[in-house]
Amino acid sequence: MTGKPSSVAIEAHELTRNFGSFTAVDHITFDVGVGEVFGFLGANGAGKTTAIRILTGLLAPTSGTARVAGHDVYTESERIKRRIGYMSQKFSLYEDLTVGENIRLYGGIYDLTREQVRERAASMLARLGLEQAVGTQVRALPLGWRQKLAFSVALLHAPSIVFLDEPTSGVDPITRRQFWELIYEAAARDTTVFVTTHYMDEAEYCDRISIMVSGRIEALGTPAELKERFGVGTIDELFVRLARPTAGATS
Amino acid sequence: MSAFTGLLRKEWLHILRDRRTLFVVIFMPILQVVLFGYAIRTDISGIRLAFVDPSPDASSIELRNRFAATDAFRLVRVLPNAGTLDRLFASGAIQQAVILDDDFANRLARGLPARVLVVADASEPNSGSAMQSYAVAVIQGFQRELAARGGGVQIFAESRMRFNPTQASSNLFVPGLIAFVLTIISALMTAISLTREKETGTMEILLVSPLKPLEIIVGKVLAYVVIGFVSVLLVVAEARLVFSVPLRGSLLLLLGEGLLYILTSLSLGILISSRTSSQRVAMIGALAGTMLPTILLSGFIFPIESMPWPLRLIANIVPAKWFVIIARGVMLKGVGLDYLWRETLILLVMTTLLVAAATRSFRIRLA
Repeated sequence: MTGKPSSVAIEAHELTRNFGSFTAVDHITFDVGVGEVFGFLGANGAGKTTAIRILTGLLAPTSGTARVAGHDVYTESERIKRRIGYMSQKFSLYEDLTVGENIRLYGGIYDLTREQVRERAASMLARLGLEQAVGTQVRALPLGWRQKLAFSVALLHAPSIVFLDEPTSGVDPITRRQFWELIYEAAARDTTVFVTTHYMDEAEYCDRISIMVSGRIEALGTPAELKERFGVGTIDELFVRLARPTAGATS
Repeated sequence: MSAFTGLLRKEWLHILRDRRTLFVVIFMPILQVVLFGYAIRTDISGIRLAFVDPSPDASSIELRNRFAATDAFRLVRVLPNAGTLDRLFASGAIQQAVILDDDFANRLARGLPARVLVVADASEPNSGSAMQSYAVAVIQGFQRELAARGGGVQIFAESRMRFNPTQASSNLFVPGLIAFVLTIISALMTAISLTREKETGTMEILLVSPLKPLEIIVGKVLAYVVIGFVSVLLVVAEARLVFSVPLRGSLLLLLGEGLLYILTSLSLGILISSRTSSQRVAMIGALAGTMLPTILLSGFIFPIESMPWPLRLIANIVPAKWFVIIARGVMLKGVGLDYLWRETLILLVMTTLLVAAATRSFRIRLA
């Protein structure tokens, strides 16, 4: 699962974003390979959301460079938007629309043809075991199903990269496990997965992780590498140490 | 399947699924026409009345006694001439005056038509017209009895409004109601529906998608423009059928000006939603920022002319004030753009500024 990426999906170099005198993202440099599951960790307010907004084309950086799916974040945000999928912790589906209506809406937004939407919806619902629920309003589905559905809908237009912003917050452990199976399936189809999470056990599932502290990336590597380099037993321990530098020695 | 039409379809689904809101939006205006038409015209009693009788005789005294005997009236002055009426009206000592012609008794005695003038303080339009109809009813009762006795005698009851002479009847509220309805649907519903997308996180999804910001906004608000139009038509039709409120000018002009006003309110709704992230705050913001000014400062219910000057000044920046003037002009006076170009221009400038501000606020949120 680990190893150097063969080709690059996301590359960021000295990427910086200021809000007035506050530096939300401070010269971060990293790259993510095609088909990689990249864990983007950090405490609240560390700058994760700002970084994701830059990479998804919602926010222009102040300085530095970044390419997403081969497109420049300064000049080609429209192209980037067609190549990425996005799912936030807030489910991203319309609760008062049915499963089928949600799928058709997103298919339409990404310019899929009617046939494409029908085919992909059918195979997606079969995979999730949700064929019976196509006419059900999303609000009536259990939380775990909604989350899996939201993820699958984010992949409907076959994006090369999918951004997941704390996709499993508030979900029970079994559903979280199933959700990660979906993530691995997507990665196996060469979809790059860029995921933020607060669950440190999930960080262990990632190919590589980065840990952001106060706008900077303080650690970057495979979970095994990082544990060895910092001499800690778990990513959880490492995270706490980095997020609170006074509590332990950092290099 | 185009992305944009998908977005339009989706907004209609939201609206149609939310039965309660839909019900409120469709039926509230209809209900309000009835409320304003009937309920607000409350029963009036103890109207302070002056009776001007230049040459009293048996028949004029009989008429006076009829007024005195009615609960609705309190006879506070009996005057030989109309000279002091102005002062009495201004001070509020009287609300209404019944003025007999100099030769009233004389003409009645000779079997000739006689004239009575009824004047009412109509600074409060609804009560003004109510007082007039009460007085006329008393006079008609008197006339019927005369006719039964001697036959053939006519009294011309002429009624005149003071302080608000152009006011024909309670027609005035319908144009204001149109402004009110458009404000609710355009500003309030837009603010709430945009904030809902923020609250549920779906707005992020739309922003991250290849949809252009303009498409997102237009896709969201177009449904409310349509509903606003339908409501205007409903209110105009109902007012005409139930209360015979005229539409003297062109419907097309009214709808065109309505569209302008809808744009103003939509922009306000978008602006409000850009400053808030919860539906509740958006609702309060829309109520305080658009609905209250529309009710209080547009001249819809309370005449602007009778407000203290600071409020008169503030009323000028309330878009509803200008729309109410326009709508009254088109509906009640039947005038066209040649008379209303100034108000239309003011509304147009306001709309342009607000649309620009709303677009900017939406873009700032993106950045």
